[in-house]
Amino acid sequence: MGFLSQAWVIARKDIIGELRTRETVLSMLLFGFLVILIFNFGIEPGLREENLVKPGVLWAAFTFAGILGLNRSFIAEKENDCLQGLLLCPVDRSVIYLGKFFGNFIFTLSMGLVVFLFFSVLYNVNLVQVALPLGAILVLTTIGFTAVGTLFSAVSVGLKTRDVILSILLIPVMVPVVLAAAKSSGRVLDGDSLAGAGLWLALLVVYDVIFLTVAIMLFDYAVEE
Amino acid sequence: MKGLWKYFDHFPAIRGLDVELELGRFLTVFGPNGAGKTTLIRVLSTQIQPSQGEVEVGGCVLPGQAYRLRRHVGVISHNTYLYPNLTARENLTFFGRMYRVPDLGDRIKTLLEEVGLSGRRDDLVRTYSRGMQQRLSIARALLHDPDIMFLDEPYTGLDQHASRMLRDVLKTLHTGERTLVMTTHNIEQGLEMCDEVAIQVRGRLVFRENVGAIDRAGFEQTYFDHVGKDFRWDS
Amino acid sequence: MTTVSRGSSVEHDTQAAVAGGGSSGGGATTATAVHPTGAERPLWLDVLGVAAIASVLVALYGAIIWAPTEAVMGHVQRIFYFHMPSAWVALGPAFTIVFICSIVYLVKKDLRYDRIAGASAELGVLFTTITLLTGPLWAKPIWGAYWTWDPRLTTTLVLWFIYVAYLMLRSSITEGHRRARLSAVFGIVGWIDVPIVFMSIRWWRTIHPTLVTGEGMNLDSSMQAVLVFALGAISLLYVYLLVVRVRQLDMGSRIDRLRQQSHLR
Repeated sequence: MGFLSQAWVIARKDIIGELRTRETVLSMLLFGFLVILIFNFGIEPGLREENLVKPGVLWAAFTFAGILGLNRSFIAEKENDCLQGLLLCPVDRSVIYLGKFFGNFIFTLSMGLVVFLFFSVLYNVNLVQVALPLGAILVLTTIGFTAVGTLFSAVSVGLKTRDVILSILLIPVMVPVVLAAAKSSGRVLDGDSLAGAGLWLALLVVYDVIFLTVAIMLFDYAVEE
Repeated sequence: MKGLWKYFDHFPAIRGLDVELELGRFLTVFGPNGAGKTTLIRVLSTQIQPSQGEVEVGGCVLPGQAYRLRRHVGVISHNTYLYPNLTARENLTFFGRMYRVPDLGDRIKTLLEEVGLSGRRDDLVRTYSRGMQQRLSIARALLHDPDIMFLDEPYTGLDQHASRMLRDVLKTLHTGERTLVMTTHNIEQGLEMCDEVAIQVRGRLVFRENVGAIDRAGFEQTYFDHVGKDFRWDS
Repeated sequence: MTTVSRGSSVEHDTQAAVAGGGSSGGGATTATAVHPTGAERPLWLDVLGVAAIASVLVALYGAIIWAPTEAVMGHVQRIFYFHMPSAWVALGPAFTIVFICSIVYLVKKDLRYDRIAGASAELGVLFTTITLLTGPLWAKPIWGAYWTWDPRLTTTLVLWFIYVAYLMLRSSITEGHRRARLSAVFGIVGWIDVPIVFMSIRWWRTIHPTLVTGEGMNLDSSMQAVLVFALGAISLLYVYLLVVRVRQLDMGSRIDRLRQQSHLR
């Protein structure tokens, strides 16, 4: 059984476990919706400046809900000390990272999709037009978010201030990603094609590649004792 | 293992421990709480890295060659390492794949029968009692047929049924080809099957003997002698 | 009277270097001054301290009194002499040292490097804070706004958040090696992120032309001289504070170890 398929086994295990209880996914979704709702109260609908603010709202909701999801995924490993059990297996740490990454990626992406649907209903977005480009942006953003987020949640899982510290660690490092996501989706929502947002997409790709690599290398240190 | 020290932030949980064990022998380590028994197991099973000293298990030098060692090591501890939201079968399948166990399906079936959980194999582990969880965790540890087994206070929290099952399992494991190291509080259970005995107090091994050479009946007194000597309320 | 002496406890990490040689090439016979509390403080450290403080004072004089007034901005511009060097020291040496020491710690597991990283991060946050405070002070009178979303200043703000997060991470873990390991992981990621943050904010700001920019200053040669000197002074100050803080941490570590060991005898 290859390297990648073992990672997939781990991811699958996370997904199955999560689908059983649906705790995490539901809270992530609810939280995302609530954030959008709250932001909405500060904005008068139909305002011309609305277009400037919309993307920010979307990605803020994504970020907060995403962090919630990341936290819970590692907490599940802490129960019964499962992470330790996993670390005892003759499996390369990078494989464990990739497995966790895949799992988190799928959760976060699903959350992103649903949140975006909610968002587009609230803001009357023409879905057909923007679906594909926004989908691409969502995927790239989720990769970056999950890559660093998985690493940091491994770092923060044993700490007392676990939930808060993950946000404190992750959000500053996410600045380029959120910026790129907001700017490029702003463009797309305004009617630009994907090419118009090309620069931002390139940034996302660069970020993803760099940090996925760095995270794989550092994960070992984050979980060993 | 020579001169093993393990510090937690300047607190020496293990102090200058020297111990050698031949393959195929069964060693039981007794000791009071806080003696460092769990830490010892964790170091030996590659869960923690030593702060100082040389450790070699099964021909693999730790921590550098820990990766090679892991497929030969099985651990049973009071943590079950089981995922509560998965069924027994899913748990075993998962770990089986992680350990690359061949003929996984059959192996799982056999093990579940051995620990008496076949009937509930598709129930979520969350719904199991403590004793059942421990039995499943034994099955989990045995999946990959490890050559070396570490048992950290395995009898804790077990009901009669599970206790007896554990003893039976240990009997079958103790074949001379497998190396076992167990820590426990319970003198009777500890002495039952082992080949060698040790007492650990405050990070050091203060007693080490073949089981044949000691007086079983009087061992409890021996234990208290050793523990009492170094035992202080303020430490 | 100076006496030649040296700490004698057996070290598990390389503390001896500070008490003995240090960075200014001291060899086996370093002159030391015995501090009233019994801790030794090598002479070179005192010299460094005096030099640092003196040069900062000179820079202050140079900035406030000696340098000519800038044509466009007036006296307020003088803040720049401390604003820019602070920024430079934080971004350059301070956080880069955190990055390097994080890597070295992960490789060598020597807690000394972790202490250096921690001290450097503290100083980095200090200088970043100074940068962030002096920036608006300077911007407001000149451009009428405290904050301009200028790429460099904004990156500095994100930098501040990253390294404050680093310090918060450190303060939430008590166990030495664990803290070192986890903060090293974050320290490495954070530092790599900084250039990317800068680029992304720069692109952001070029798309929406800013009302105000950070440029627009004319510096004649004497002003440049003051700037360079201030840069040197603040760098010196940084080095001095770093050494002092690291020694303090080293000493703390020694005390902890001795306390633990004596407690258990």
